[in-house]
Amino acid sequence: MNELEKRHTISVLVDNEPGVLARVIGLFSGRGYNIESLTVSEIDPLSQVSRISIVTRGTPMVIEQIKAQLARIVPVHGVKDLTSDGAHIERELALVKMVNSGEERIEALRIANTFRARTLDSTLTSFVFEITGSSSKVQAFVDLMSSLGEVEVSRTGVSAISRGAVADMPITTTRDAAAS
Amino acid sequence: MANTNSGATTKAGMDKADQDAALTGAEAILKVLEEEGVDTIFGYPGGAVLPIYDALFQNNSIRHVLVRHEQAAVHAAEGYARSTGKTGVVLVTSGPGATNAVTGLTDALMDSIPLVCLSGQVPTHLIGNDAFQEADTTGITRPCTKHNYLVKSGDDLCHVMREAFHVAASGRPGPVVVDLPKDVQLADVTMEEKKPEVVTARYQPITEPDRASVRKAAELIAGAKRPVIYGGGGIINAGPAASDKLRELVSMTGYPTTLTLMGLGALPATDPNFLGMLGMHGTYEANLTMYHCDVMLNIGARFDDRVTGRTNAFSPGSTKIHIDIDPSSINKNIQVDLPIIGDAGRVMELLIEELKAMKFKPDSAALGEWWGQINSWKAINCLGFDQSGEIIKPQYAIHRLWEKTQNIDAYVTTEVGQHQMWAAQYYRFENPNRWMTSGGLGTMGYGLPAAMGVQIGNPEKLVIDIAGEASFMMNMQEMSTLKQYRLPVKIFIINNEWMGMVRQWQELNHGSRYSESYSDSLPDFMKLAESFGLKGVCAESVDDLDGVIDEMIAYDGPVLADIRVAKEENCFPMIPSGAAHNEILLGPQDKAANATSEEGLALV
Ligand SMILES: Cc1ncc(C[n+]2csc(CCOP(=O)(O)OP(=O)(O)O)c2C)c(N)n1
Ligand SMILES: [Mg+2]
Repeated sequence: MNELEKRHTISVLVDNEPGVLARVIGLFSGRGYNIESLTVSEIDPLSQVSRISIVTRGTPMVIEQIKAQLARIVPVHGVKDLTSDGAHIERELALVKMVNSGEERIEALRIANTFRARTLDSTLTSFVFEITGSSSKVQAFVDLMSSLGEVEVSRTGVSAISRGAVADMPITTTRDAAAS
Repeated sequence: MANTNSGATTKAGMDKADQDAALTGAEAILKVLEEEGVDTIFGYPGGAVLPIYDALFQNNSIRHVLVRHEQAAVHAAEGYARSTGKTGVVLVTSGPGATNAVTGLTDALMDSIPLVCLSGQVPTHLIGNDAFQEADTTGITRPCTKHNYLVKSGDDLCHVMREAFHVAASGRPGPVVVDLPKDVQLADVTMEEKKPEVVTARYQPITEPDRASVRKAAELIAGAKRPVIYGGGGIINAGPAASDKLRELVSMTGYPTTLTLMGLGALPATDPNFLGMLGMHGTYEANLTMYHCDVMLNIGARFDDRVTGRTNAFSPGSTKIHIDIDPSSINKNIQVDLPIIGDAGRVMELLIEELKAMKFKPDSAALGEWWGQINSWKAINCLGFDQSGEIIKPQYAIHRLWEKTQNIDAYVTTEVGQHQMWAAQYYRFENPNRWMTSGGLGTMGYGLPAAMGVQIGNPEKLVIDIAGEASFMMNMQEMSTLKQYRLPVKIFIINNEWMGMVRQWQELNHGSRYSESYSDSLPDFMKLAESFGLKGVCAESVDDLDGVIDEMIAYDGPVLADIRVAKEENCFPMIPSGAAHNEILLGPQDKAANATSEEGLALV
């Protein structure tokens, strides 16, 4: 088990029912797996399906275990390892508040511009920026802002999807179908 | 809504009008139980399940067995399930009723036993208020069940109940909890007709294997020079037909075969190809065969740490094929070369077909040589023991018990400890579903309630709990249940006055410092038995033993037999924790040479 640990992003489709997130999180804590990030939201209100994106880290054997254990959960419909199944996109959104009334405010705006962050709120002594990007880009932005003033951060965690024309985990009920 | 429908007349054949009739939640629950073929439930009442008990009172088709502790209800349901192949059903109240069931649920999860446990819950509007006898049952049982439900509305009730039975019994079986708030039990429920495709829609485990992999397995098996078949509880769970397939596979190949603690009985102990159990207290020949084999066929076993010993030294040179119904068992502990997901019985059936199609003939020269090697390991007679003198050796007691019951088709349960391992070694099982022991969790107090459940499921059979005196005392209140239901269970206590297995580890690993492992202040078991209305018998010396066993078997009712055995006997062979199969200790003389390693001391 000297194989190197690797970061994997895994998408999980689940029934949006009480306790389902607790099952997933309980699996990770109970079996000692890592969670770097976990996001969840309902993606299909009609069939009440949610998508969970989990970023984890482990040896190939552990990653296989994680996927098999996830698939065993009764309300889990699908498990996809985006990292090992071809190219994929990862995005994270962060809201970053920077408090400063001095010179650094201009620098902050310049950096925000370079990072294509949007300014959502500004006062004479603060900004709130919205930034999207890979986790490392978000982290770089936060680090820079931290050097300019007091910073508060709220991050969503990673949301991810595969590249290309194949919908691996399509929404099954469309509004049209449900209406008919 | 007056309800005259007692449930007594209804079964699968009830008519449509009847099915759609409005019922209370409690009545609907019992209807689903009937629909699922449930004839017995094990339970204990309380405030939050009174509506169900009331409905039971008016029901004539379901028998309720009143235990004396909810843990025992779950073990009894396990014993019932393991000996009959049906799903066991448990009914407990909210709060303490549910928390008392947790050990049993965990036991059933670890050993893959199909159970449905119904628990009462405070009414929905009180959930979360710390109401009297409220516990977060679904929260508490989430990690110790295969799945669980909190039913929040009468509309969901029937579907949830039906899905619970489907989930419990399909794929790798396990316990399912359905938490039932009291208002849901009292709600008006319209019972819709069962639609199997709806019930099974959400949970559909793979049972049919990939044919190409089966073919590949057949090729590997056919090409083996030093093969071993390693079978586990998955074969038992796949039903008696799977054991028949194993027998066929073993006889057509002539390959040496070993079974795990959970798999005993899948192949007759008397089969010439059977090497005995493997693992920590397995036979020398089984463990060395595993170590030196070139092709290993694992059927329905999970490479448990009790079996593998130190994983990096586990069967180092072999090509490993692993058949399992649960994909998460693959590569969990041991990396295998060829995984096959499917039902054990079905995979063996196809494997046999493939072998026949390729006109399989074992490589008799290689196999002969391999058996020659194995027979030399067998010649060591690792299970030999010396019964001399007056004092009963525990091994001898179990050996005699087996000899005297081998033609009666007895069912055996155990508690946990040395006696359990001796039972696995010296009681020889010819058929599946005859051996019920707590393997994964190792739950002291399992054996007596499990035996109750076995006896209820098999009223005409001889059922024996091979017990340790310490374990027995963990659920001995169940003697009262035995008495109430006239269950003629035989409790065969291997009384060594020690928590023997603890004492053995302290002797081996902790300098014989016997910290808190002596069974002090034991009761007078004869009087204890009598006070519960059981017959008590006692064997103090070898000369008593046969007579006591005979008396126990002959007696028409429950018996407690107190078998006073040698107090300091240890259980061998033994692979110390953290050691490899080839570092097996055969007896006390090996102790010094092969002490447990530093890392091993940290293992359990
Ligand atoms: C509920 C529970 N508590 C503790 C243990 C740890 N344990 C394993 S074996 C054992 C001693 C069992 O003693 P006894 O029933 O007399 O059996 P013996 O080993 O003497 O045959 C103990 C305490 C356990 N397995 N289960
Ligand atoms: Mg003892």
